[in-house]
Amino acid sequence: MSKHHITTTINGEPVEFLCEPQETLLDVLRNTLNLTGSKEGCASGDCGACSVICDGKLICSCLMLGVEAEGHNIVTVEGIATGDELHPVQRKFLEHAALQCGFCTPGLIVASKALLDETLNPTEEEARYWLAGNLCRCTGYDKIIRAVMDAAAEMRGEARAA
Amino acid sequence: MNYIVSKPELKVVGTRPVRPDGVDKVTGRATFGADMVLPGMLWGKVKRSPHAHARIVKIDTSKAEKLPGVKAVITAGDLPNIASEEAFVGEGPMNFRDLSRNCIARDKVLYEGHAVAAVAAISQAVADQALDLIDVQYEVLPHVIDVEEAMKPDAPNLHDDLFTANVEPKPTKPSNISKRVYFAKGDIEAGFRDADVVVEGRYTTAPVHQAYIEPHACLVAVAADGQAQVYSSSQGQFMVRAYCAKLLGWDISNIRAVPLEIGGGFGGKTLVYLEPLALALAQKSGRPVKMQMTREEVFRASGPTSGSVIEVRIGAKRDGTIVAAKEVLKYQAGAFPGSPIGPGCMCGFAMYDLPNVEVIGYDVVSNRPKVAAYRAPGAPMSSFAVESALDDLARKLGMDPVTLREKNGAHDGTKTHYGPTHREIGFLQTLAAAKNSEHWKMPLKPGQGRGIACGFWFNIGGESSGAVHINEDGTATVVSGNPDIGGSRASMAMMAAEVLCLPVEKVRPVVGDTTSIGFSHMTGGSRVTFATGMAVTQAAERVVEQLKQRAAQIWEISPEAVDWRDGNAYPAGSNAGAFEPLSLAEIALRAGKTGGPISSEVSINAQGAGPGFGVHICDVEVDRETGAVTILRYTAVQDVGKAIHPSYVEGQIQGGAAQGIGWALNEEYIYDAQGRMENPGFLDYRVPVASDLPLIEAIMVEVPNPRHPFGARGVGEVPIIPPMAAVGNAIRDAIGIRLTDLPMSPPKVRAALDAEALPQAAE
Amino acid sequence: MPRVIFSGSAAGRFTGGRTELEVAATTFRRLVKELDERFPGLGRQVEDGMAVAIDGVIYQDAYAAPLAEGAEIYLIPKIAGG
Repeated sequence: MSKHHITTTINGEPVEFLCEPQETLLDVLRNTLNLTGSKEGCASGDCGACSVICDGKLICSCLMLGVEAEGHNIVTVEGIATGDELHPVQRKFLEHAALQCGFCTPGLIVASKALLDETLNPTEEEARYWLAGNLCRCTGYDKIIRAVMDAAAEMRGEARAA
Repeated sequence: MNYIVSKPELKVVGTRPVRPDGVDKVTGRATFGADMVLPGMLWGKVKRSPHAHARIVKIDTSKAEKLPGVKAVITAGDLPNIASEEAFVGEGPMNFRDLSRNCIARDKVLYEGHAVAAVAAISQAVADQALDLIDVQYEVLPHVIDVEEAMKPDAPNLHDDLFTANVEPKPTKPSNISKRVYFAKGDIEAGFRDADVVVEGRYTTAPVHQAYIEPHACLVAVAADGQAQVYSSSQGQFMVRAYCAKLLGWDISNIRAVPLEIGGGFGGKTLVYLEPLALALAQKSGRPVKMQMTREEVFRASGPTSGSVIEVRIGAKRDGTIVAAKEVLKYQAGAFPGSPIGPGCMCGFAMYDLPNVEVIGYDVVSNRPKVAAYRAPGAPMSSFAVESALDDLARKLGMDPVTLREKNGAHDGTKTHYGPTHREIGFLQTLAAAKNSEHWKMPLKPGQGRGIACGFWFNIGGESSGAVHINEDGTATVVSGNPDIGGSRASMAMMAAEVLCLPVEKVRPVVGDTTSIGFSHMTGGSRVTFATGMAVTQAAERVVEQLKQRAAQIWEISPEAVDWRDGNAYPAGSNAGAFEPLSLAEIALRAGKTGGPISSEVSINAQGAGPGFGVHICDVEVDRETGAVTILRYTAVQDVGKAIHPSYVEGQIQGGAAQGIGWALNEEYIYDAQGRMENPGFLDYRVPVASDLPLIEAIMVEVPNPRHPFGARGVGEVPIIPPMAAVGNAIRDAIGIRLTDLPMSPPKVRAALDAEALPQAAE
Repeated sequence: MPRVIFSGSAAGRFTGGRTELEVAATTFRRLVKELDERFPGLGRQVEDGMAVAIDGVIYQDAYAAPLAEGAEIYLIPKIAGG
């Protein structure tokens, strides 16, 4: 099979790549572009470890083909921080110890940022349902939810939530 | 030195610094098994059996070998044929013949998903095509999955040479029961005769998987002279090295195993699946080989834990004193012997002071993947049964369930039913903390139910090495050999920093590969903070001794006249001399002149790990229409000895509880009539998601373990043990029905509610 | 003399079902050698497959562990973790 030439934007930069038609965006990110921050946990859209933001919408990159990225705007975990300045959600994950093995963390960081792009005032329930597509096996989600609620509070300009 | 006794105010241990590997993890920079690349690498893939039980008649790999882009194909013949050999390598006895045959089948396939061949090719797509070109002829055999079915004398036998051990007379006919285990204390018959009240129960649990989010992955390279590198995610790089050396017949010194970050293990990565195959392919092809499992392969071909059938019988006096306790456990081992039946038999009653006990256990093979360890292996199933029965007992006696447990609770000096006497344990303190918790005191609303359950785990110590190196600028590096699955490298840095009297940011921890640090047993068994922490602490103490000696040289006094505190050397009293304190940095700068690099590596076999106890409280609401159970509130109380880094101790408690809740409510292996797994994916193998759980309160009780310098006990495994019975007891409280079959999923709850609606005999 | 009790039945096939005996030994290493002399093969089983509790404290490997005069020694199945 011959490869397709794709032009897209990833983390704000123009990117070109060649890919086979059956390759997913996740395959391309990891194996062609060396952006290994997005992880493969299931390749069937059930675990969220491959979460990226496409044109402002949270998606599983394992459910999008590489060829479908043509002309779109993709944000991966590598694009969440600005240079060496971490996004509030990244800082709060560290402060609250909201990660153990860290494998689900990139997906959760992206998904949490997408939530906070939608609303800076989620309830705990809204945060839990938003993040229900990101599986974590280590933490039981407790510290993750606390970190997300605290990041929201900081971004609202309030004092640190409990 | 024992810091709990001698140093009342700890500056670092017990605080919550940001973990040193954290920034890499939140930015996606951390390197996990599948993230590694090497120039020229090939992709490896595995051909797997579609049958649950079959003889391999013929494997024809010729067409696959000819496919352009395929560089190597292997079958079992490419690995040495190992005679049955039990050896203690790593945490437990491992039969290398069985491990080899589990990695790649020889003569027979024993479960759907069993590996029969592997290929290495220039791309994943070509490798997949090559698998389709491998022609395997099978003679399908009858299979057996269910544990009691497998125990029947006429069940299809998996192994012609497996005879039940520990039964008299010695059997002559092969069996699927690999061994019988027996523990007894006192006189069980007399105990039951003496009882006023007896409760009984039969409990069944489905096999569940550790379900780490990261599938198994590795990248290996073998040079022409046989020296090999293995980059993999595992719970122990020394285990990877040893097992690969054994399975391939290579010298251990020819393998360098590098631990990459690991995306969850929980016991499931305490052995090898892909690495020996990748090494054989790399050797044959002359190129590096990368392999990773798909999620489906993880479920079909890597070890879940045992499903079980457990019968419990408990007898007590009117006043709640338990006088007799009997448990019969049947555990599935999967395709090869080795279920955690021993610990299962030991843990169920371990937290109680009982005069008469009998426990019988059976390890049974059946046509499903070989089981692997899963967080406190064997204990969760046993405690589901015992803690549910105790709940029934409390109800029958009209007694509060906590009071029943307090009355019979183990304490310092209690003799267990499996023999050893408990010393300095924290069970009663943990029960007291549960009873005094906000949760326990909070009243329930109508329709809600509350359950409480307990758990015990031994925790282990074992071989560990730790090194502390002082850098030329007075900062320090700590090297240890245990993959960090829960934040342990932060704890290593904290303990070293405490001893050196340095701020924790000046002490950077590293997890070394097999060439960079002395031998360490795997990460597991709740041992790292205890054993590796002990090694690191001792190394730091030896470094402090060296620092004092160097200061003594500089001051020209005796080393006994030097004190070390706040990161400085001080003359010990005015007699020693009026010297200005020397900082660590100042001493480090002159290390070369005073004798050379300041460094210490300690290798130990840590003994005396203290056991842990957990008590969990769970509130539920049951939707009678759908059978769905909502966890309203959950509190997990545990004695942790001393929380070195409290956030990560809480994390272990919360994470273990969440896994236990999944085990209780939704997780199970579902098989079809051909013995194939029907739900090998996260959609239908339902682990808890964020919206399934409330915040989980972790209450840490600190009863220090006197055998660890900072009083630490292992904490990782205990929290998965109580949840199933805590949830089951809460459901019993909410709807008046005792569920005895895990998982307690909506269809089962509904079926139980429907059955209750029919006319039935009184309870 | 230290008293040795086998728990769990794995030793039965070496000791002919006997579960308790007294052994003259001051270290665990000597104890294992004595057991192997009395019941050939038992030494390996104890070393590789069993953990030992000496007066209540569990050891997984313990050649040098000292045994007091009346020490109570339980040999139980080796414990692995997850």
